Amino acid sequence: MLDILKQPWPWYVAGPLIGLVVPAFLLVGNKAFGISSSLRHICAACLPANISFFKYDWKKESWNLFFVAGIVLGGFIATQYLSGNHPVKINSYTTTLLKQQGITDFSGLLPHDIFSFSQLLSLRGFIFIVIGGFMVGFGTRYAGGCTSGHAIMGISTLQWPSVVATCCFMAGGFVMTWFILPYLISL
Amino acid sequence: MRNIKYPIIGMLFGIVLIKSEVVSWFRIQEMFRLQSFHMYGIIGSAIVVGLISVLLIRRFRLKTISGEAIIIQVKKFHWGNVYGGLIFGLGWAITGACPGPLFAQIGSGFWVIIITLFSAIAGTWVYGLFRDKLPH
Repeated sequence: MLDILKQPWPWYVAGPLIGLVVPAFLLVGNKAFGISSSLRHICAACLPANISFFKYDWKKESWNLFFVAGIVLGGFIATQYLSGNHPVKINSYTTTLLKQQGITDFSGLLPHDIFSFSQLLSLRGFIFIVIGGFMVGFGTRYAGGCTSGHAIMGISTLQWPSVVATCCFMAGGFVMTWFILPYLISL
Repeated sequence: MRNIKYPIIGMLFGIVLIKSEVVSWFRIQEMFRLQSFHMYGIIGSAIVVGLISVLLIRRFRLKTISGEAIIIQVKKFHWGNVYGGLIFGLGWAITGACPGPLFAQIGSGFWVIIITLFSAIAGTWVYGLFRDKLPH
């Protein structure tokens, strides 16, 4: 059993399990599945700075912070106890393309060439680690949600603004990957 | 202690994110290059299961474990869905992670992603600061 769990999980196992988070939250506490809101609650708790957007009772939403703390713990458990140390088996075309663009380390979940403290002060590392993160935090809040809140929770509940938002997530991702990222990787 | 359910759901969710490699930058690259079905299969089947669950909850008027009627909030369209969505999409392809995976990556031991998370929090804060001036 443990051997099976240690293999990478196929999409048809992982996807439905992720989908079940939607009814789990509704049944357990009448909560809407969403992760990017946690970033807002952290702002409201730590640095509200008299900004009206952060003046609300974040403690009422603290369940969301407990949830993301659980995600950190899950990441730890999966890596420590359920890892088979498999490199991510991506399509060989993708590997070839990324190698041409200058990625050399394919051993982990993320390329160590870019995502490491030693890269943080290089232009490339700064863009991937700091600017990228900023865009994720700014964009998700501006959009009113992320992949979980819009793509999964929003579409599951048949809300068309979430369909629009999800299409925009994908459009932005395609533009970045196809037209901009090759230049950023080779910086 | 009544909050204990949420970290448990989070923990299971985090394990799934790591084991299915959703948190992998490489998987996101593959997805946006249309070179693998993996991510589309995950997001697609998650939506299908979510959709069916919500239909069942509505059909049978299920209540929460504490007996409340289940309320699903309506999301109203605003242009931020478009502008913010595009900005998030651009960033998603750079970091290879949406907010959930950022937390799972940190748990997995990628300490440098703590910087990415702080930066995402800063992004959210700056949005709050300029919210009234941005088109919605």
